[in-house]
Amino acid sequence: MKSRALSFLLAFVFWVALTWSLDWQYLLTGVIISLFIAWAVGDILTRNPWKFKQHARYIWAVYYIWVFIWEMVKGNIDGAYRILHPGLPIKPGIVKVKTNLRSDSALTYLANTITLTPGTFTVDVDSENGYLYVHWMNVETEDIDKATEIIIGKYEKILGKIFE
Amino acid sequence: MIDLIGYIFIGIGITFDFIGCLGLVRLPDLYNRLHASIKCVTFGTCGIMLGVFVIHGFTDVGIKAIFCALFLLLTAPVSAHAISRAAHLSGVKPWEKSVCDHYEKDK
Repeated sequence: MKSRALSFLLAFVFWVALTWSLDWQYLLTGVIISLFIAWAVGDILTRNPWKFKQHARYIWAVYYIWVFIWEMVKGNIDGAYRILHPGLPIKPGIVKVKTNLRSDSALTYLANTITLTPGTFTVDVDSENGYLYVHWMNVETEDIDKATEIIIGKYEKILGKIFE
Repeated sequence: MIDLIGYIFIGIGITFDFIGCLGLVRLPDLYNRLHASIKCVTFGTCGIMLGVFVIHGFTDVGIKAIFCALFLLLTAPVSAHAISRAAHLSGVKPWEKSVCDHYEKDK
């Protein structure tokens, strides 16, 4: 029930921000659509609503956003360099990475972060054993532990504090 | 002045979009091309959206631009996973100069 209430609130806030108008017709439409969304998919938003009450998670999330933006800028400059370089300095390969994160949302965000940061994107997730298969544009090492340290060392701890 | 900053953001965005398209042509196989199309094009489009937000500020246009950038950041990586996994399962081979393929080994 709490999960449904939260998804109603989230959907309604998104609606108000997208229409950016306090006219009663917009608000009424928004309430109806948000109620429908909460009824249809509300129960899959979260399994543990009490997590939303822990304030430390939000502070870590703000810190994570800054780390993520900085890594994304670096990743794009690196990618642009590799594309524009006449010699095409790439050494691609799919490596295996081990993660300790278990919850679905943490794994989703970890995979998305890997995809948007320098030279790597996630091909598949093996959530039972905690492995990620990562396509790496410039393979530095094939060893699982070293690759884990290089690719996800920075994000895993922060994401664990936000979602686990 | 604010318009100028906005146009600079839009310019950076268009540059990265262009580099992404260039990578789509230059890089050797599907997986490497996904790198170009996902990273550079997402970043470039987010740059354009940020530029629009800077020019229009907190009006309906600016807020919509910011939400477009947010949704793009959330959905573009998911489409990359879907495309690459589907391609690998249906047997698209990586480039012959690839160093390793642990996914193939574990399948």
